[in-house]
Amino acid sequence: MSKAILYDSTLCVGCRQCEEACSTRWKLPYNEKIAAEEKISSHKLTTIRTFGEKFSRKLCMHCQDPACASVCPVAALQKTAAGPVVYDEDRCMGCRYCMVACPFQVPTYEWEARLPKVRKCDMCSDRVPGGGVTRCSEACAYGATITGNRDELIAEARKRIADKPKDYYPKIYGVEEVGGTSVLILASVPFDQIGYNTKVIKTALPALTWNALQHVPDVVVMGSVLMGGIHWISHRKEEVARKEGRS
Amino acid sequence: MNNALRTYFWRGSFAIIMLVALYATFVRFYYGLGASTNLSDQFPWGIWVGFDVLCGVGLAAGGFTLAAIVHIFNLKAYKAVVRPAILTAFLGYLLVTVALMFDLGRPYRVWHPLIMWNPRSVMFEVGWCVTLYTSVLFLEFLPMVLEKLGLVKAHRVLKNVMLPIIILGVILSTLHQSSLGSVFLILPTKLHPLWYSPLLPVLFYVSAIATGLAMTIFESWHSAKAFGRQLEFPLVQKMTRVLAVVIAVYLTMRFLDLYHRGALSTLNNPGWERWLFGLEIVLMAVPMLMFFRERTRENPQAIYVGTVLFLLGFVTHRLNVSVTGLEASSGVHYVPKWTEISVTLAMVAFGFFVFRMAAHYLPVFEAEEHQPVPEVPVLEDRAYAHSLARGD
Repeated sequence: MSKAILYDSTLCVGCRQCEEACSTRWKLPYNEKIAAEEKISSHKLTTIRTFGEKFSRKLCMHCQDPACASVCPVAALQKTAAGPVVYDEDRCMGCRYCMVACPFQVPTYEWEARLPKVRKCDMCSDRVPGGGVTRCSEACAYGATITGNRDELIAEARKRIADKPKDYYPKIYGVEEVGGTSVLILASVPFDQIGYNTKVIKTALPALTWNALQHVPDVVVMGSVLMGGIHWISHRKEEVARKEGRS
Repeated sequence: MNNALRTYFWRGSFAIIMLVALYATFVRFYYGLGASTNLSDQFPWGIWVGFDVLCGVGLAAGGFTLAAIVHIFNLKAYKAVVRPAILTAFLGYLLVTVALMFDLGRPYRVWHPLIMWNPRSVMFEVGWCVTLYTSVLFLEFLPMVLEKLGLVKAHRVLKNVMLPIIILGVILSTLHQSSLGSVFLILPTKLHPLWYSPLLPVLFYVSAIATGLAMTIFESWHSAKAFGRQLEFPLVQKMTRVLAVVIAVYLTMRFLDLYHRGALSTLNNPGWERWLFGLEIVLMAVPMLMFFRERTRENPQAIYVGTVLFLLGFVTHRLNVSVTGLEASSGVHYVPKWTEISVTLAMVAFGFFVFRMAAHYLPVFEAEEHQPVPEVPVLEDRAYAHSLARGD
């Protein structure tokens, strides 16, 4: 049973309790100045973004089939069965391909550190697999962020749209995006108006590189046969000369 | 400028480039990537990946291209250039490895992919291929050293097992030269449509072969100048024809792909992408048209100019795919910091320097078939050799 987060931006008042709870969890500093930075970074793993009267949240989307995990050459990033995409800093060599590949620009880097790590939200992987809720869900007094089973949350989101069609833009962000994510978002306006990337493709990204990678074994086998064969044909003269030399 | 002045100029430039890079290296490893680059969360890869690694591997493609032409296709005419091509490739890959050490956040873990596997990752495959291919290049380079040292027996043993090594080298190169294009397949919405294409691996592969040929012509010209050797001119003319055809194939593929994807219409959009695209295409199409003309092929100077133009076109394409083509979607503007430029310059300068040394001290510009003389030759002209290596 995979877990997910439902963020309903129509309920969000932008109080930033989720930010503070997250910073406490990661033992990161939190103050007025950091609260005002409306972007995620290695010292702020989730952020509220303000769009006039409206708010939205940015955090790791925990894709069902994450690009970051598929491109990592050392498998430092993993999608867990419970839902969270987790990072093992002991494996990471710092190539930053995960940051390049992420369609949501989520993974951040400790640029100022001598031995930097990638930082990103891990959906409170210390709690969620055991049935707990994330710190941001816990901190939210308005029910704007909740943790639950993904399919149940999708059903809940659909119900909200059906019950109050006037309040909602009739779509759940995260059901189809890049093949599905474990963070689901509801909004009153089209998603690109409150900072979500609506240009992402509807299928899982790792399939795109796999299309090329799957041919590797065949290239090796075919290449050997082809080049061995060409060599055999093109060196006929030498072979004949050797034979004549022996006779 | 007379010769002595020119020597001082080059020597001085080299020393300055190296000293500045030394300081840049200190900044990089003492203060970290943030202080030494203009990279950011929005723009995690810059010229250390885009130029040093991507272009570096491509510019070293002559090794497998010429090895295949000479040893697999048995085109004996090309024997004279196979060694410089292999030397360039070996140096190129060593420099790429050094460049990677600068770019990796934790360079001391560069070996991790060898034991921590992720077969779905293009980078994992590239890591393995580059590691194996660098070892193959070492073995292909070894005969030059054995010859120099007069180790007849080892030379003969190595010669007998060379064919499978060469075939392996061509396969490994085919895999990772194309895979460097596959790296960007995961960016369908981030990379500008003029450069994002399912054909990226094929385009990277074909342009790498062209670049391998171009680099070989480039080296022949420089070596002829530096060492006063007769330029293997008929051979260079031959290669120029081949290069023209490979560029033609590449450009045809490039435009068919753009046409089928409907990406040509983006040329109407304002922005600097279309100018960069234009630059890339012009820098490849002009040398191609030059090489198709007999007048160019009769003129070493013109061949050299065309070759340099093509190499610049190749570099422009690789940088468009890995750096500039990603800017629009990233929302930031990336200009490399002086430290990034300094390290990159030093890599190029050091490459030239080591090639020159190796070409002087090892039997590089000699036919393959050379049986080593079974005694260590004494360098009577040591002083002269040193002065040559210094560029006098």
